[in-house]
Amino acid sequence: MKKRRERIDRGIKARSEDVYALASWREMLYLAGPRLLPAAAFLLLPLFLGAYWQKVMISVAVFALLAISWDMLAQTGMISLGQALFFGMGAYVSGILNVYFGMPPWITIPIATVSGGLLCTLILRPVLRLRGIYFSMVTLIIPLMLVRIIEATKIFGGTEGLSGMTPLPSTLVEIYLVTGVLLGVLFGLRRLMETDYGLVLKGIRDNDRSVTNAGINIYWFKTQALFIASTIGAFAGAFMTHVYMFVGMPVFALDYSILPMAAAVVGGGGTFAGATLGAVILVPMSEALRGIGGLRIVMYGLFLVVFTVAVPEGLFDYIQRKYHQMERWVEIDQ
Amino acid sequence: MLRVESVSKIFGRVAAVDRLSCEVRSGELVGIIGPNGSGKTTLVNLISGFIKPTSGRILYNGQDITHTAPHKIVGMGISRTFQMVRPFYQLPAYKNMIIPLYSPRVRELAGGRYGDRNAVALDLLEEVGFERDANVAYKPAGTLPQGYLKRLELAKAIALSPQLLILDELFSGMSLAEVASVVPVIEKLRMAGKTIIMIEHRLKELFRIADRIMVLNYGRKIADGAAAEVMESDEVKKAYLGSEE
Repeated sequence: MKKRRERIDRGIKARSEDVYALASWREMLYLAGPRLLPAAAFLLLPLFLGAYWQKVMISVAVFALLAISWDMLAQTGMISLGQALFFGMGAYVSGILNVYFGMPPWITIPIATVSGGLLCTLILRPVLRLRGIYFSMVTLIIPLMLVRIIEATKIFGGTEGLSGMTPLPSTLVEIYLVTGVLLGVLFGLRRLMETDYGLVLKGIRDNDRSVTNAGINIYWFKTQALFIASTIGAFAGAFMTHVYMFVGMPVFALDYSILPMAAAVVGGGGTFAGATLGAVILVPMSEALRGIGGLRIVMYGLFLVVFTVAVPEGLFDYIQRKYHQMERWVEIDQ
Repeated sequence: MLRVESVSKIFGRVAAVDRLSCEVRSGELVGIIGPNGSGKTTLVNLISGFIKPTSGRILYNGQDITHTAPHKIVGMGISRTFQMVRPFYQLPAYKNMIIPLYSPRVRELAGGRYGDRNAVALDLLEEVGFERDANVAYKPAGTLPQGYLKRLELAKAIALSPQLLILDELFSGMSLAEVASVVPVIEKLRMAGKTIIMIEHRLKELFRIADRIMVLNYGRKIADGAAAEVMESDEVKKAYLGSEE
Protein backbone atom coordinates (compact mmCIF):
# COMPACT_ATOMS: atom_id res chain seq x y z
CA MET A 1 0.00 0.00 0.00
CA LYS A 2 1.49 3.29 -1.09
CA LYS A 3 1.09 6.42 0.85
CA ARG A 4 1.30 10.03 -0.09
CA ARG A 5 1.39 13.17 1.91
CA GLU A 6 -1.71 15.28 1.75
CA ARG A 7 -1.68 18.94 2.63
CA ILE A 8 -4.79 20.65 3.89
CA ASP A 9 -5.22 24.33 4.57
CA ARG A 10 -6.00 24.70 8.19
CA GLY A 11 -8.37 27.58 7.76
CA ILE A 12 -10.76 29.23 10.02
CA LYS A 13 -14.22 28.56 8.66
CA ALA A 14 -14.65 31.86 6.93
CA ARG A 15 -11.27 33.31 6.19
CA SER A 16 -10.64 35.73 3.40
CA GLU A 17 -8.11 38.48 2.90
CA ASP A 18 -9.26 40.77 5.67
CA VAL A 19 -12.38 39.26 7.17
CA TYR A 20 -12.21 36.79 10.00
CA ALA A 21 -15.15 35.08 11.59
CA LEU A 22 -13.97 34.02 14.98
CA ALA A 23 -15.90 31.29 16.70
CA SER A 24 -13.77 30.24 19.62
CA TRP A 25 -10.84 31.09 21.85
CA ARG A 26 -8.87 28.48 20.01
CA GLU A 27 -9.31 30.28 16.72
CA MET A 28 -8.43 33.58 18.30
CA LEU A 29 -5.26 32.06 19.72
CA TYR A 30 -4.51 30.54 16.33
CA LEU A 31 -4.54 34.02 14.83
CA ALA A 32 -3.07 36.02 17.68
CA GLY A 33 -0.42 33.51 18.71
CA PRO A 34 2.08 34.19 15.94
CA ARG A 35 1.73 37.91 16.62
CA LEU A 36 1.84 37.79 20.40
CA LEU A 37 4.69 35.30 20.67
CA PRO A 38 7.48 37.44 19.16
CA ALA A 39 6.16 40.53 20.91
CA ALA A 40 6.21 38.72 24.26
CA ALA A 41 9.66 37.31 23.53
CA PHE A 42 11.08 40.75 22.79
CA LEU A 43 9.53 42.21 25.92
CA LEU A 44 10.30 39.41 28.40
CA LEU A 45 13.67 38.09 27.25
CA PRO A 46 15.74 41.10 28.39
CA LEU A 47 14.79 40.34 32.00
CA PHE A 48 16.46 36.91 31.85
CA LEU A 49 19.48 37.65 29.69
CA GLY A 50 22.99 38.37 30.93
CA ALA A 51 24.70 41.68 30.21
CA TYR A 52 26.48 40.35 27.12
CA TRP A 53 23.36 38.90 25.49
CA GLN A 54 21.43 42.03 26.37
CA LYS A 55 23.86 43.92 24.17
CA VAL A 56 23.40 41.32 21.46
CA MET A 57 19.68 41.84 21.70
CA ILE A 58 20.08 45.58 21.17
CA SER A 59 22.14 44.77 18.13
CA VAL A 60 19.41 42.40 16.89
CA ALA A 61 16.78 45.10 17.21
CA VAL A 62 18.93 47.70 15.47
CA PHE A 63 19.68 45.41 12.54
CA ALA A 64 16.03 44.36 12.42
CA LEU A 65 15.07 48.03 12.06
CA LEU A 66 17.59 48.47 9.24
CA ALA A 67 16.32 45.31 7.57
CA ILE A 68 12.73 46.55 7.84
CA SER A 69 13.84 49.85 6.35
CA TRP A 70 15.45 47.91 3.48
CA ASP A 71 12.27 45.89 3.01
CA MET A 72 10.16 49.06 2.92
CA LEU A 73 12.25 50.37 0.01
CA ALA A 74 12.26 46.98 -1.71
CA GLN A 75 8.48 46.79 -1.52
CA THR A 76 8.30 50.12 -3.34
CA GLY A 77 10.69 48.88 -6.00
CA MET A 78 13.90 50.43 -4.73
CA ILE A 79 16.77 48.05 -4.00
CA SER A 80 19.10 49.83 -1.62
CA LEU A 81 22.69 48.80 -1.01
CA GLY A 82 23.26 51.68 1.34
CA GLN A 83 21.34 51.33 4.58
CA ALA A 84 24.52 52.67 6.18
CA LEU A 85 23.59 56.10 4.81
CA PHE A 86 20.42 56.21 6.93
CA PHE A 87 22.17 54.73 9.96
CA GLY A 88 25.17 57.02 9.71
CA MET A 89 23.13 60.13 9.09
CA GLY A 90 21.00 59.55 12.20
CA ALA A 91 24.09 58.70 14.21
CA TYR A 92 26.00 61.84 13.21
CA VAL A 93 23.05 64.20 13.67
CA SER A 94 22.33 63.00 17.20
CA GLY A 95 26.04 62.92 18.04
CA ILE A 96 26.53 66.49 16.85
CA LEU A 97 23.46 67.75 18.68
CA ASN A 98 24.63 66.07 21.88
CA VAL A 99 28.33 66.98 21.80
CA TYR A 100 28.22 70.46 20.26
CA PHE A 101 24.88 71.69 21.59
CA GLY A 102 24.60 69.64 24.77
CA MET A 103 21.11 68.39 24.07
CA PRO A 104 19.97 65.36 26.09
CA PRO A 105 19.23 62.03 24.35
CA TRP A 106 15.46 62.36 24.61
CA ILE A 107 15.73 65.44 22.39
CA THR A 108 18.59 64.39 20.11
CA ILE A 109 17.13 61.00 19.20
CA PRO A 110 13.75 62.31 17.96
CA ILE A 111 15.33 65.26 16.14
CA ALA A 112 18.03 63.08 14.57
CA THR A 113 15.40 60.53 13.53
CA VAL A 114 13.29 63.03 11.62
CA SER A 115 16.02 65.33 10.29
CA GLY A 116 18.29 62.40 9.47
CA GLY A 117 15.45 60.86 7.49
CA LEU A 118 14.79 64.19 5.79
CA LEU A 119 18.45 64.65 4.87
CA CYS A 120 18.70 61.14 3.38
CA THR A 121 15.51 61.73 1.42
CA LEU A 122 16.89 64.99 0.03
CA ILE A 123 20.19 63.34 -0.88
CA LEU A 124 18.56 60.41 -2.67
CA ARG A 125 15.65 62.35 -4.16
CA PRO A 126 17.49 63.18 -7.42
CA VAL A 127 18.29 59.52 -8.08
CA LEU A 128 14.73 58.27 -7.53
CA ARG A 129 14.23 58.44 -11.27
CA LEU A 130 16.94 55.85 -11.75
CA ARG A 131 15.66 52.35 -12.02
CA GLY A 132 16.95 48.99 -10.83
CA ILE A 133 20.68 48.55 -10.54
CA TYR A 134 21.47 52.24 -11.12
CA PHE A 135 19.59 53.28 -8.02
CA SER A 136 21.36 50.51 -6.05
CA MET A 137 24.77 51.63 -7.23
CA VAL A 138 24.21 55.21 -6.14
CA THR A 139 22.97 54.14 -2.71
CA LEU A 140 26.07 51.99 -2.30
CA ILE A 141 28.45 54.82 -3.21
CA ILE A 142 27.01 57.70 -1.18
CA PRO A 143 27.88 56.43 2.34
CA LEU A 144 31.37 55.48 1.15
CA MET A 145 31.74 58.97 -0.25
CA LEU A 146 30.60 60.60 2.99
CA VAL A 147 33.29 58.67 4.90
CA ARG A 148 35.99 60.09 2.63
CA ILE A 149 34.55 63.59 2.92
CA ILE A 150 34.70 63.38 6.71
CA GLU A 151 38.23 62.01 6.51
CA ALA A 152 39.45 64.69 4.12
CA THR A 153 37.78 67.73 5.65
CA LYS A 154 38.26 66.60 9.27
CA ILE A 155 34.78 67.87 10.14
CA PHE A 156 32.92 66.43 13.14
CA GLY A 157 36.05 64.97 14.67
CA GLY A 158 37.42 63.64 11.39
CA THR A 159 38.92 60.17 11.69
CA GLU A 160 38.71 60.31 15.49
CA GLY A 161 34.95 60.79 15.48
CA LEU A 162 33.02 62.29 18.34
CA SER A 163 32.90 60.64 21.73
CA GLY A 164 31.57 61.19 25.21
CA MET A 165 27.87 61.26 24.35
CA THR A 166 25.41 61.18 27.18
CA PRO A 167 24.51 57.51 27.75
CA LEU A 168 20.95 56.33 28.22
CA PRO A 169 20.05 55.68 31.88
CA SER A 170 20.43 51.88 31.83
CA THR A 171 20.72 48.88 29.58
CA LEU A 172 17.09 47.96 30.23
CA VAL A 173 15.98 51.43 29.11
CA GLU A 174 18.06 50.97 25.99
CA ILE A 175 16.53 47.57 25.24
CA TYR A 176 12.95 48.59 25.86
CA LEU A 177 13.31 51.78 23.85
CA VAL A 178 14.66 49.99 20.80
CA THR A 179 12.44 46.90 20.98
CA GLY A 180 9.40 49.11 21.60
CA VAL A 181 10.17 51.09 18.47
CA LEU A 182 10.90 47.87 16.58
CA LEU A 183 7.54 46.31 17.47
CA GLY A 184 5.72 49.55 16.68
CA VAL A 185 7.42 49.89 13.31
CA LEU A 186 6.97 46.19 12.50
CA PHE A 187 3.24 46.02 13.16
CA GLY A 188 2.60 49.57 11.97
CA LEU A 189 4.24 49.07 8.59
CA ARG A 190 2.61 45.67 8.13
CA ARG A 191 -0.73 47.39 8.55
CA LEU A 192 0.25 50.32 6.35
CA MET A 193 1.15 48.06 3.44
CA GLU A 194 -2.27 46.41 3.64
CA THR A 195 -4.05 49.73 3.08
CA ASP A 196 -4.86 51.23 -0.32
CA TYR A 197 -1.84 53.48 0.15
CA GLY A 198 0.38 50.42 0.56
CA LEU A 199 -1.18 48.91 -2.52
CA VAL A 200 -0.09 51.93 -4.55
CA LEU A 201 3.47 51.57 -3.23
CA LYS A 202 3.58 47.89 -4.15
CA GLY A 203 2.05 48.77 -7.51
CA ILE A 204 5.04 51.00 -8.23
CA ARG A 205 7.33 48.01 -7.68
CA ASP A 206 5.34 45.68 -9.93
CA ASN A 207 4.47 48.01 -12.78
CA ASP A 208 5.30 51.68 -12.43
CA ARG A 209 3.90 52.61 -15.85
CA SER A 210 0.53 51.29 -14.85
CA VAL A 211 0.57 53.42 -11.68
CA THR A 212 1.62 56.51 -13.66
CA ASN A 213 -1.18 55.74 -16.06
CA ALA A 214 -3.58 55.93 -13.12
CA GLY A 215 -2.67 59.60 -12.79
CA ILE A 216 -0.46 59.03 -9.76
CA ASN A 217 2.91 60.75 -9.44
CA ILE A 218 5.14 57.78 -8.67
CA TYR A 219 8.12 59.96 -7.72
CA TRP A 220 6.14 61.63 -4.98
CA PHE A 221 5.06 58.26 -3.58
CA LYS A 222 8.60 56.90 -3.87
CA THR A 223 9.82 59.96 -1.98
CA GLN A 224 7.34 59.24 0.79
CA ALA A 225 8.42 55.59 1.01
CA LEU A 226 12.04 56.72 1.04
CA PHE A 227 11.30 59.11 3.88
CA ILE A 228 9.61 56.38 5.93
CA ALA A 229 12.49 53.98 5.33
CA SER A 230 15.27 56.48 5.99
CA THR A 231 13.58 57.73 9.16
CA ILE A 232 13.57 54.18 10.53
CA GLY A 233 17.24 53.77 9.66
CA ALA A 234 18.10 57.17 11.12
CA PHE A 235 16.43 56.22 14.39
CA ALA A 236 18.61 53.12 14.61
CA GLY A 237 21.71 55.26 14.10
CA ALA A 238 20.66 58.01 16.50
CA PHE A 239 19.92 55.41 19.16
CA MET A 240 23.20 53.55 18.72
CA THR A 241 25.20 56.77 19.08
CA HIS A 242 23.98 57.04 22.66
CA VAL A 243 24.55 53.33 23.33
CA TYR A 244 28.14 53.37 22.07
CA MET A 245 28.67 56.93 23.34
CA PHE A 246 30.63 57.40 20.15
CA VAL A 247 30.05 58.33 16.56
CA GLY A 248 32.64 58.13 13.83
CA MET A 249 33.37 56.94 10.33
CA PRO A 250 32.48 53.27 11.05
CA VAL A 251 28.76 54.22 11.11
CA PHE A 252 28.92 54.50 7.33
CA ALA A 253 30.62 51.09 7.05
CA LEU A 254 29.48 48.46 4.62
CA ASP A 255 28.33 46.18 7.48
CA TYR A 256 25.31 48.37 8.06
CA SER A 257 24.36 48.05 4.39
CA ILE A 258 25.00 44.36 3.81
CA LEU A 259 23.83 42.65 7.00
CA PRO A 260 20.30 44.19 6.90
CA MET A 261 19.92 43.14 3.30
CA ALA A 262 21.12 39.62 4.15
CA ALA A 263 18.63 39.51 7.02
CA ALA A 264 15.78 40.51 4.72
CA VAL A 265 16.81 37.91 2.16
CA VAL A 266 17.14 35.05 4.68
CA GLY A 267 13.87 35.92 6.39
CA GLY A 268 12.08 36.80 3.18
CA GLY A 269 11.14 40.21 1.85
CA GLY A 270 7.73 41.75 1.56
CA THR A 271 6.47 41.05 5.05
CA PHE A 272 8.74 43.03 7.43
CA ALA A 273 8.35 40.04 9.76
CA GLY A 274 10.76 38.15 7.53
CA ALA A 275 13.32 40.92 7.81
CA THR A 276 12.97 40.89 11.60
CA LEU A 277 13.28 37.10 11.74
CA GLY A 278 16.38 37.30 9.57
CA ALA A 279 18.01 39.73 11.99
CA VAL A 280 17.02 37.51 14.94
CA ILE A 281 18.86 34.62 13.28
CA LEU A 282 21.86 36.34 11.70
CA VAL A 283 22.98 38.76 14.39
CA PRO A 284 23.30 36.26 17.29
CA MET A 285 24.86 33.77 14.90
CA SER A 286 27.43 36.30 13.86
CA GLU A 287 28.12 36.93 17.57
CA ALA A 288 28.39 33.22 18.37
CA LEU A 289 30.80 32.71 15.50
CA ARG A 290 33.07 35.50 16.68
CA GLY A 291 35.29 32.85 18.35
CA ILE A 292 36.36 31.20 15.14
CA GLY A 293 37.90 34.35 13.75
CA GLY A 294 38.24 34.67 9.99
CA LEU A 295 36.30 31.48 9.37
CA ARG A 296 33.25 33.39 10.59
CA ILE A 297 32.90 35.02 7.20
CA VAL A 298 33.07 31.62 5.52
CA MET A 299 30.36 30.17 7.76
CA TYR A 300 28.35 33.26 7.22
CA GLY A 301 28.62 33.03 3.45
CA LEU A 302 27.76 29.32 3.47
CA PHE A 303 24.73 30.00 5.59
CA LEU A 304 23.49 32.65 3.16
CA VAL A 305 23.99 30.41 0.14
CA VAL A 306 22.22 27.48 1.81
CA PHE A 307 19.27 29.65 2.72
CA THR A 308 18.85 31.36 -0.60
CA VAL A 309 19.00 28.02 -2.40
CA ALA A 310 16.93 25.92 0.02
CA VAL A 311 14.29 28.46 1.03
CA PRO A 312 14.22 31.04 -1.76
CA GLU A 313 10.84 32.36 -0.65
CA GLY A 314 12.40 33.32 2.68
CA LEU A 315 12.13 31.65 6.04
CA PHE A 316 9.12 33.62 7.22
CA ASP A 317 6.94 32.80 4.24
CA TYR A 318 7.92 29.15 4.61
CA ILE A 319 6.98 29.04 8.29
CA GLN A 320 3.76 30.95 7.63
CA ARG A 321 2.74 28.52 4.92
CA LYS A 322 3.46 25.53 7.14
CA TYR A 323 1.56 27.11 10.02
CA HIS A 324 -1.58 27.35 7.92
CA GLN A 325 -1.29 23.82 6.64
CA MET A 326 -1.80 20.39 8.12
CA GLU A 327 -0.08 17.40 6.69
CA ARG A 328 -1.16 13.82 6.93
CA TRP A 329 -0.33 10.57 5.24
CA VAL A 330 -3.15 9.10 3.19
CA GLU A 331 -3.23 5.74 1.51
CA ILE A 332 -3.60 5.63 -2.22
CA ASP A 333 -4.74 2.77 -4.34
CA GLN A 334 -2.46 0.85 -6.69
CA MET B 1 -10.36 68.74 -28.51
CA LEU B 2 -7.06 67.05 -29.34
CA ARG B 3 -4.69 68.49 -31.90
CA VAL B 4 -1.47 66.86 -32.97
CA GLU B 5 0.67 69.33 -34.89
CA SER B 6 3.43 67.95 -37.10
CA VAL B 7 4.73 65.59 -34.42
CA SER B 8 7.79 63.42 -35.06
CA LYS B 9 9.40 60.81 -32.89
CA ILE B 10 12.74 59.47 -34.01
CA PHE B 11 14.22 56.35 -32.40
CA GLY B 12 17.84 56.18 -33.44
CA ARG B 13 17.56 56.56 -37.21
CA VAL B 14 13.99 55.40 -37.59
CA ALA B 15 11.13 57.87 -37.54
CA ALA B 16 8.42 55.95 -35.69
CA VAL B 17 6.09 58.91 -36.14
CA ASP B 18 6.91 61.27 -38.99
CA ARG B 19 5.54 64.84 -39.08
CA LEU B 20 2.08 63.61 -38.22
CA SER B 21 -0.80 66.02 -37.81
CA CYS B 22 -4.33 65.16 -36.89
CA GLU B 23 -7.29 66.43 -34.97
CA VAL B 24 -9.94 64.76 -32.87
CA ARG B 25 -13.14 66.67 -32.19
CA SER B 26 -15.09 66.46 -28.99
CA GLY B 27 -17.51 63.54 -28.88
CA GLU B 28 -15.97 61.74 -31.84
CA LEU B 29 -14.99 58.10 -32.01
CA VAL B 30 -11.89 57.90 -34.17
CA GLY B 31 -10.34 54.62 -35.22
CA ILE B 32 -6.65 54.46 -36.02
CA ILE B 33 -5.50 51.54 -38.13
CA GLY B 34 -2.35 50.61 -39.95
CA PRO B 35 0.04 47.71 -40.49
CA ASN B 36 2.36 46.54 -37.69
CA GLY B 37 5.08 49.04 -36.91
CA SER B 38 3.23 51.93 -38.51
CA GLY B 39 3.52 54.05 -35.37
CA LYS B 40 0.08 53.64 -33.82
CA THR B 41 1.22 52.77 -30.33
CA THR B 42 4.00 55.36 -30.48
CA LEU B 43 1.33 57.95 -31.25
CA VAL B 44 -0.65 56.84 -28.18
CA ASN B 45 2.51 57.02 -26.06
CA LEU B 46 3.15 60.54 -27.35
CA ILE B 47 -0.37 61.76 -26.60
CA SER B 48 -0.38 60.22 -23.12
CA GLY B 49 3.05 61.70 -22.42
CA PHE B 50 4.95 58.48 -21.81
CA ILE B 51 7.41 59.49 -24.49
CA LYS B 52 8.25 62.99 -25.65
CA PRO B 53 8.25 63.94 -29.32
CA THR B 54 11.44 64.87 -31.15
CA SER B 55 9.55 67.79 -32.67
CA GLY B 56 6.02 69.12 -32.99
CA ARG B 57 3.27 70.03 -30.53
CA ILE B 58 0.31 68.31 -28.95
CA LEU B 59 -2.61 70.45 -27.82
CA TYR B 60 -5.45 69.29 -25.60
CA ASN B 61 -8.39 71.68 -25.24
CA GLY B 62 -6.10 74.41 -26.53
CA GLN B 63 -3.45 73.68 -23.90
CA ASP B 64 0.03 72.57 -24.88
CA ILE B 65 0.65 69.17 -23.28
CA THR B 66 3.73 68.25 -25.31
CA HIS B 67 6.01 68.32 -22.28
CA THR B 68 3.52 67.60 -19.51
CA ALA B 69 4.27 64.65 -17.21
CA PRO B 70 2.11 61.60 -17.96
CA HIS B 71 0.38 61.54 -14.57
CA LYS B 72 -0.63 65.17 -15.05
CA ILE B 73 -2.05 64.39 -18.48
CA VAL B 74 -4.23 61.75 -16.83
CA GLY B 75 -5.27 64.40 -14.33
CA MET B 76 -6.39 66.61 -17.22
CA GLY B 77 -8.75 63.92 -18.43
CA ILE B 78 -6.91 61.76 -20.94
CA SER B 79 -6.65 58.12 -20.03
CA ARG B 80 -5.44 55.19 -22.06
CA THR B 81 -5.23 51.43 -21.96
CA PHE B 82 -2.13 49.42 -22.73
CA GLN B 83 -1.94 46.95 -25.58
CA MET B 84 0.11 44.57 -23.44
CA VAL B 85 -1.82 44.12 -20.22
CA ARG B 86 0.34 43.62 -17.14
CA PRO B 87 -1.98 43.51 -14.15
CA PHE B 88 -0.90 42.78 -10.60
CA TYR B 89 -1.15 39.05 -11.00
CA GLN B 90 -1.39 37.95 -7.36
CA LEU B 91 -4.05 40.50 -6.49
CA PRO B 92 -7.74 39.81 -7.02
CA ALA B 93 -9.09 41.59 -10.10
CA TYR B 94 -11.04 44.16 -8.09
CA LYS B 95 -7.95 45.07 -6.06
CA ASN B 96 -6.31 46.01 -9.37
CA MET B 97 -8.87 48.79 -9.58
CA ILE B 98 -7.77 50.37 -6.30
CA ILE B 99 -4.74 52.13 -7.78
CA PRO B 100 -6.65 54.15 -10.40
CA LEU B 101 -9.32 54.84 -7.79
CA TYR B 102 -6.56 56.22 -5.54
CA SER B 103 -5.74 58.79 -8.20
CA PRO B 104 -5.91 62.49 -7.23
CA ARG B 105 -8.27 63.03 -10.18
CA VAL B 106 -10.81 60.58 -8.83
CA ARG B 107 -10.62 62.11 -5.39
CA GLU B 108 -11.08 65.59 -6.83
CA LEU B 109 -14.09 64.62 -8.91
CA ALA B 110 -15.66 62.89 -5.94
CA GLY B 111 -15.32 66.09 -3.93
CA GLY B 112 -12.45 65.34 -1.60
CA ARG B 113 -13.31 62.21 0.31
CA TYR B 114 -13.72 58.89 -1.32
CA GLY B 115 -15.81 56.18 0.27
CA ASP B 116 -15.28 52.47 -0.10
CA ARG B 117 -12.98 51.94 -3.07
CA ASN B 118 -13.68 48.21 -3.08
CA ALA B 119 -17.38 48.76 -3.70
CA VAL B 120 -16.73 51.24 -6.51
CA ALA B 121 -14.23 48.81 -8.02
CA LEU B 122 -16.78 46.00 -8.08
CA ASP B 123 -19.41 48.26 -9.69
CA LEU B 124 -17.02 49.34 -12.44
CA LEU B 125 -15.99 45.78 -13.14
CA GLU B 126 -19.60 44.71 -13.41
CA GLU B 127 -20.10 47.44 -15.99
CA VAL B 128 -17.44 45.96 -18.27
CA GLY B 129 -18.82 42.47 -17.92
CA PHE B 130 -17.40 40.84 -14.80
CA GLU B 131 -20.45 38.86 -13.80
CA ARG B 132 -21.04 39.61 -10.15
CA ASP B 133 -22.53 36.28 -9.17
CA ALA B 134 -19.69 34.33 -10.80
CA ASN B 135 -17.14 35.93 -8.46
CA VAL B 136 -14.68 36.55 -11.30
CA ALA B 137 -13.77 39.87 -9.75
CA TYR B 138 -12.41 38.11 -6.66
CA LYS B 139 -10.09 35.78 -8.53
CA PRO B 140 -6.41 36.65 -8.76
CA ALA B 141 -5.79 38.59 -11.97
CA GLY B 142 -3.13 36.05 -12.93
CA THR B 143 -5.75 33.32 -13.29
CA LEU B 144 -8.06 35.27 -15.60
CA PRO B 145 -8.24 34.71 -19.35
CA GLN B 146 -7.05 37.42 -21.72
CA GLY B 147 -10.55 38.67 -22.47
CA TYR B 148 -11.15 39.52 -18.83
CA LEU B 149 -7.74 41.14 -18.46
CA LYS B 150 -8.49 43.40 -21.42
CA ARG B 151 -11.79 44.40 -19.86
CA LEU B 152 -10.05 44.97 -16.52
CA GLU B 153 -7.72 47.32 -18.41
CA LEU B 154 -10.77 49.13 -19.83
CA ALA B 155 -12.36 49.40 -16.38
CA LYS B 156 -9.14 50.87 -14.98
CA ALA B 157 -9.22 53.58 -17.65
CA ILE B 158 -12.92 54.30 -17.12
CA ALA B 159 -12.35 54.56 -13.36
CA LEU B 160 -10.45 57.80 -14.04
CA SER B 161 -13.55 59.44 -15.60
CA PRO B 162 -11.64 60.60 -18.68
CA GLN B 163 -12.88 63.10 -21.25
CA LEU B 164 -10.67 61.50 -23.88
CA LEU B 165 -10.25 57.74 -23.77
CA ILE B 166 -7.58 56.04 -25.85
CA LEU B 167 -7.97 52.29 -26.31
CA ASP B 168 -4.87 50.58 -27.65
CA GLU B 169 -5.93 47.32 -29.31
CA LEU B 170 -8.61 46.61 -26.76
CA PHE B 171 -10.26 43.93 -28.88
CA SER B 172 -7.18 41.83 -29.59
CA GLY B 173 -7.25 38.65 -27.54
CA MET B 174 -11.00 38.89 -27.04
CA SER B 175 -13.50 36.39 -28.35
CA LEU B 176 -16.33 37.53 -30.61
CA ALA B 177 -18.75 37.24 -27.71
CA GLU B 178 -16.50 39.32 -25.51
CA VAL B 179 -16.18 42.02 -28.15
CA ALA B 180 -19.95 42.01 -28.50
CA SER B 181 -20.28 42.54 -24.77
CA VAL B 182 -17.80 45.42 -24.72
CA VAL B 183 -19.23 47.34 -27.68
CA PRO B 184 -22.28 48.50 -25.67
CA VAL B 185 -19.94 49.74 -22.95
CA ILE B 186 -18.11 51.87 -25.51
CA GLU B 187 -21.38 53.09 -26.95
CA LYS B 188 -22.56 54.07 -23.51
CA LEU B 189 -19.38 56.10 -23.01
CA ARG B 190 -20.09 57.95 -26.25
CA MET B 191 -23.63 58.71 -25.10
CA ALA B 192 -22.05 60.24 -22.02
CA GLY B 193 -20.16 62.57 -24.38
CA LYS B 194 -16.70 61.01 -24.11
CA THR B 195 -14.25 61.32 -26.95
CA ILE B 196 -12.68 58.02 -27.89
CA ILE B 197 -9.66 57.01 -29.96
CA MET B 198 -9.39 53.33 -30.78
CA ILE B 199 -6.33 51.62 -32.20
CA GLU B 200 -7.55 48.37 -33.71
CA HIS B 201 -6.64 45.45 -35.90
CA ARG B 202 -10.15 44.04 -35.76
CA LEU B 203 -11.40 46.22 -38.60
CA LYS B 204 -14.89 44.81 -38.96
CA GLU B 205 -15.83 45.51 -35.37
CA LEU B 206 -14.12 48.90 -35.47
CA PHE B 207 -15.83 50.11 -38.65
CA ARG B 208 -19.20 49.38 -37.11
CA ILE B 209 -18.72 51.89 -34.31
CA ALA B 210 -16.18 54.45 -35.54
CA ASP B 211 -17.17 57.86 -36.96
CA ARG B 212 -13.91 58.29 -38.73
CA ILE B 213 -10.87 56.20 -39.58
CA MET B 214 -7.27 57.33 -39.79
CA VAL B 215 -4.72 55.10 -41.48
CA LEU B 216 -1.04 55.23 -40.55
CA ASN B 217 1.88 53.77 -42.43
CA TYR B 218 5.57 54.32 -41.68
CA GLY B 219 4.63 56.92 -39.11
CA ARG B 220 2.63 59.03 -41.53
CA LYS B 221 -1.07 59.53 -42.01
CA ILE B 222 -2.02 58.14 -45.40
CA ALA B 223 -5.79 58.40 -45.19
CA ASP B 224 -8.45 60.03 -43.05
CA GLY B 225 -12.20 59.81 -43.49
CA ALA B 226 -15.22 57.55 -43.34
CA ALA B 227 -14.46 53.84 -43.16
CA ALA B 228 -15.74 52.94 -46.62
CA GLU B 229 -13.89 55.65 -48.50
CA VAL B 230 -10.66 55.10 -46.58
CA MET B 231 -10.56 51.46 -47.54
CA GLU B 232 -11.02 52.38 -51.19
CA SER B 233 -7.88 54.49 -51.20
CA ASP B 234 -5.07 53.02 -53.28
CA GLU B 235 -2.42 53.93 -50.78
CA VAL B 236 -4.25 52.08 -48.00
CA LYS B 237 -4.63 49.01 -50.13
CA LYS B 238 -0.96 49.16 -50.94
CA ALA B 239 -0.03 49.50 -47.26
CA TYR B 240 -2.10 46.50 -46.30
CA LEU B 241 -1.55 44.22 -49.25
CA GLY B 242 1.89 45.35 -50.37
CA SER B 243 2.65 46.89 -53.74
CA GLU B 244 3.72 45.14 -56.87
CA GLU B 245 6.85 46.90 -57.92
